[in-house]
Amino acid sequence: MDEISILIGGKAGFGIDRSGAVLGHLLNKLGYRIYIYRDYPSLIRGGHTFSIIRASKTRIAVHNDKVDFVLALNKETLDLHKDKLKKDCMCIYDSDQTTIPPNVCCLGLPLSKFLKEENGPEIMRNTCIIGALTKAIGIDFSVLESVLKKEFTKDVELNLKVAKRGFNEAKELIRIEPLKQESFPLLTGNQAIALGLIKGGLNAYISYPMTPSSPILHYLANIADDFGLDVIHPESEIGVILMALGYAYAGRKAAVGTSGGGFCLMTEGLSLSGMAELPIVIVLGQRPGPSTGLPTYSSQTDLHFALNAGQGEFVRFIVAPGDAEEAYYWSAISMNMSWKYQIPSIILSDKDMGEGVFNFDLKTVSQLPEEKPYMWDRKSPYKRYLVAENGVSPLAFPPVKNEIIKVNSYEHDEFGITTEEPGETIKMQEKRLRKEKFLSEDLESIETVNLYEGQNKDIALLCWGSNKGVCLEIGKKLGVKVIQPIVLNPFPIKQFQQALSGVKRLISVENNATAQLTRLVNNYGISVYEKILKYDGRPFSVEELEKKVKEVIV
Amino acid sequence: MTTQDLGTYAKNTWCPGCGNFAILNSIKAVLKSIQEEGMPLENVVLVSGIGCHAKIVDYVNANSFYSIHGRVTPVAEGIKLANPNLKVIGFAGDGDAYGEGIEHLIFAAKRNINITMIIHNNRVYGLTTGQYTPTSPLGFKGRSTPKGSIEPPINPLELMLASGATFLARGFSHGIEQLKKIFEEAINHKGFALIDILQVCVTFYNMYEYYDKRTYELKEHNTGDYFEALNKIREWNYHDDSKIPLGVFYKKETTTFEERLSTSKKEGINIDSNIEKVLADAT
Repeated sequence: MDEISILIGGKAGFGIDRSGAVLGHLLNKLGYRIYIYRDYPSLIRGGHTFSIIRASKTRIAVHNDKVDFVLALNKETLDLHKDKLKKDCMCIYDSDQTTIPPNVCCLGLPLSKFLKEENGPEIMRNTCIIGALTKAIGIDFSVLESVLKKEFTKDVELNLKVAKRGFNEAKELIRIEPLKQESFPLLTGNQAIALGLIKGGLNAYISYPMTPSSPILHYLANIADDFGLDVIHPESEIGVILMALGYAYAGRKAAVGTSGGGFCLMTEGLSLSGMAELPIVIVLGQRPGPSTGLPTYSSQTDLHFALNAGQGEFVRFIVAPGDAEEAYYWSAISMNMSWKYQIPSIILSDKDMGEGVFNFDLKTVSQLPEEKPYMWDRKSPYKRYLVAENGVSPLAFPPVKNEIIKVNSYEHDEFGITTEEPGETIKMQEKRLRKEKFLSEDLESIETVNLYEGQNKDIALLCWGSNKGVCLEIGKKLGVKVIQPIVLNPFPIKQFQQALSGVKRLISVENNATAQLTRLVNNYGISVYEKILKYDGRPFSVEELEKKVKEVIV
Repeated sequence: MTTQDLGTYAKNTWCPGCGNFAILNSIKAVLKSIQEEGMPLENVVLVSGIGCHAKIVDYVNANSFYSIHGRVTPVAEGIKLANPNLKVIGFAGDGDAYGEGIEHLIFAAKRNINITMIIHNNRVYGLTTGQYTPTSPLGFKGRSTPKGSIEPPINPLELMLASGATFLARGFSHGIEQLKKIFEEAINHKGFALIDILQVCVTFYNMYEYYDKRTYELKEHNTGDYFEALNKIREWNYHDDSKIPLGVFYKKETTTFEERLSTSKKEGINIDSNIEKVLADAT
């Protein structure tokens, strides 16, 4: 078996998310490459939630529509996902809850009865069913045991007992053979972003909870001591970004994380960052809007918002990583570029990018370019806004003896004192905008646009962010190119045009209704042959995109 | 160093007779005196918002962050948390701190973060040419309320006391000596300090005579007693023509936010090896 997809579903509160992680690690331990898609509604208890764990011999970053195995913790799971079952799909279900088995190879187990007998609480039904699955797919219990010991910090013994009972009661249906290849860490995109920010020198992470970025806040709060971080959850996103700018003024690297609604509140701070030239990194996890929209689902609808947010004109750096390694690498670069050019950076993520689980291979992450902030040489008297050729005034942070460090949201002179003089205004506006040219030049030595070749040189899929995984898989399958710009501002037009070379039909694939990347490349005179858009909050599956691309290229 | 040295080349554009001059002169005098007591001036950072008050940072030759309307508090908090050795003094107007930025002020008080907030409370929007503010009296005739404001004022000191501020005082721009004394005490206070200053706007709301008649200095007042402080704070509600007490209402030493934030500023952490540990843990 080259790959297997397992769907586990139940009510919110059943521990589906944790189960997904356990299943991911179980198959990861055997050397499989993993991707986990997580689907849950915006509520705490009840409602249907599920995860699809896909394991493959080769790297993947997308889920399949059709699954090999269903673990149904309630009847609803089988009803709702009927169309996802492969013809020979297998299923383990709770026979205490579901009496009518569907027309698939089924294994009904009285989970509640087992739990009662093992003195396990109801919440451990998931552990029990995972135990059963482990047997059903022919994996040694010892593998599950090591995973559970790592994943659970409390009630480990009881969980093991319950899992063992499930294991013993099940029978082997198929056998998943261990692979002879190294296992890699499993990270969510959010975790990879967090670690990338740390790699970039993060001192403080400040955030107000908002799906899908809250997990970054939780994750960093948990590892704050290991990395000497201040992790702060203030009163609002406005408080968040202004606090972060206070950190920047005092010379400490801060990042903030939010979603579209919180980013709305941050825009005055974003503009202040542009004017006062205070570095800041903003993680913008997109979800469907407008307004509250579908809070726990995914979209790519804030590209133009990120490009244009904030009053006035100022330089910003925007990236959209497409997998865990890119999330790590580009988060570190965002921090470095923010500090080198004293500008805001925005990391555009989304719910599927942020909360999806990927394998992460640090060895494949390119060497980070050496980008250091320009620091004051302590020779000439300090001017916070010294007009420099590249627009970047050297930095100093208080306290500095006999020197004054003034930053200002008003237009200002070189010392940072307010001015409304027309000449000074032009000089300063031009100084600030000059930075973009130098930033673009730095970016030329980095791969800012990914090009994946196919046998067919004429056709290319154009995608960004979380659609990378699905496009790569379809590109490979159908033999077409895939072009994925990672840097979206300043737009790497040179590298983009190189990637386009020879392409006659460019097909854009986006999770929005108005083709935002398409419109961006249109600005550079590049036209797109066809657009494949999806805006129901759910990501493209392999099967879905394959069908749509085939319709376009026939 | 004389207070003269603390000036800048920026042209002062406050109206003649503006209450802001008293605040400017007082803060310069205090900065001079705390230097003499051994605190280097470079350790001081001034933060201001937007409004007439905010120009003060252009006029003082010290580190400063001229921020945006309503956001003095979080900027000051960020600076303080980033480097707790800095002395952070925020200047904000009443529209600024009590209007647009009120949530930040409440949370800063709740956290008892060690910053000093000096509120230029002229009870009118000056820079936007005369509208009512959160502390204007009911019936205030401003440009947005030509028939008189239809909402009563808040008592900011009462709100701050309830929120957990550990130093609360009121000053008046007609009393430099008292202002200096209060500023110095507030700056030296360990914890969140707020001074509400009746700062007269001569152009849009000239209250010199009104305040001269009604203000008095607090004497034999126990600043350590919450309820005594509350009673004194409630003596004037920013609307009625009662007596107006000036001076320090409340002062209490307790743990600050930055003291509780113990994770930060650890030295000698090897980022790369700790990242590898995290990754090994995730395998």
